[in-house]
Amino acid sequence: MFYDIIINMSTSEFNPDSPFIYGLAFIVIAFILAQSLFFLIHAVKRAKAIGMDKSIVLRTIGSTALFTIAPAVSILLGVITLAKFLGLPLPWIRLSVIGAITYELPAATSTAQAMGISLSETITKAENYSAIVWVMTLGILPSVVCTPLLIKKIQKGVLNIKSKDSAWGNIFMTSLFMGMISAFSGMVFSRVRQGIPGLLPVAVLAVSALVMIICGLLVKKAGWKWLENYALPFSMLISMTFSVIAAPLFV
Amino acid sequence: MNFTEYNELTHRRGKIWIWSAVCLILFVPIAVCVKYNAWPGFLPVFKGLLGVAPIYWTVGIIEIITFTPMLGTGGTYLSFVTGNVTGLKVPAALNAMESAGYKAETEEAEITSTIAIATASIITTIIISLGVLLFVQLSPLLNHPSLKPAFDNIMPSLFGGLGVVYISKNWKIAAAPVLFMIALFIAVPSLASSVGILVPVGILIALGFARLMYKKGVL
Repeated sequence: MFYDIIINMSTSEFNPDSPFIYGLAFIVIAFILAQSLFFLIHAVKRAKAIGMDKSIVLRTIGSTALFTIAPAVSILLGVITLAKFLGLPLPWIRLSVIGAITYELPAATSTAQAMGISLSETITKAENYSAIVWVMTLGILPSVVCTPLLIKKIQKGVLNIKSKDSAWGNIFMTSLFMGMISAFSGMVFSRVRQGIPGLLPVAVLAVSALVMIICGLLVKKAGWKWLENYALPFSMLISMTFSVIAAPLFV
Repeated sequence: MNFTEYNELTHRRGKIWIWSAVCLILFVPIAVCVKYNAWPGFLPVFKGLLGVAPIYWTVGIIEIITFTPMLGTGGTYLSFVTGNVTGLKVPAALNAMESAGYKAETEEAEITSTIAIATASIITTIIISLGVLLFVQLSPLLNHPSLKPAFDNIMPSLFGGLGVVYISKNWKIAAAPVLFMIALFIAVPSLASSVGILVPVGILIALGFARLMYKKGVL
């Protein structure tokens, strides 16, 4: 009887929302939560051991949690987008482990094109589904595999720079941050040649920066210390609200 | 236990977690193939990979080299498993360190960064899981056209706030890469889809100008 159940399960029509794939998703999500909790406890214990201010730890957790809400909802939108043709559990897995919508959608599209299928409706053939799962997996695997292989070499390189000249070491670290911030801030201007609609991201950037400046002034001049950790989440949420209100003006 | 010993412990534990993650990540496609007896064959996977792997493998390795010094040891092991590194984990770590007033590479910064990244991972996982549970109810709301501009503009809203803090504090180092990137993206808008590759370009420009100013005693 057990053999019959297995045969029936493996030959039945493929359903990307099957309990089996949900089961895989639960295992992956449990692993991610366990790893995150493990590192959180590991760091909090160390903070206590070296006598770090408990309020800094709590404020870091609180402000990061608030700051994460908007990007997390955006990631959820990616899950919803991919769910239209891949079912819910696979995008749930992929966007919880390493993935980002900017990679997963092209990976699925590229595989679908290679197999000559359309992604306008839900996949019903297991072979097509498994090919997409493999491409999504192998495409992002180097990020995970190379991390343990490279991390110590990179850290040793930075340490060497700092030990030779500590002043230059600090400037070196600041330059790393500035390189990243400049690339992503510059990207916001990529649509300005489209005219008025392309200026909305620039206006959102400016509003976010302005709210951050106001928060900074309130912290320094009005003594609103509590705001320091929540300034970024506030500037994000206010500038995103601005984008919804102002969008009709940028058409 | 001093900082070096703590760091070594984090490396050992991080490696156990990350290699376990590699096994788990590979387990998913293998389990699907075995369960449905649906091995896709080499060619469809190879053709699919050809469309994405050259760019994403390159970006993946660039991200490790670029972000490891910013994320710290624990943060790196966690970020490169949980993903969304540039759009969430790096800003979360930078914001937490900046708010607490810690400089990268110090023990306090290492701890703060790990706490921020772990918190961001947990909250993201919970929100996505709730979204999956409430898919039917949430889908029309989140896909409502009036909310589209908000989700389309996550990056400007994030980097406006984060950028102004760093740029105002380090404007001499920031000026050259920021102006270069703005000019580049206006001139070649299509580069927006490969911004990951331009991060090291920005870093090289920042480093070049910073070195020049440092040698001349301007910094």
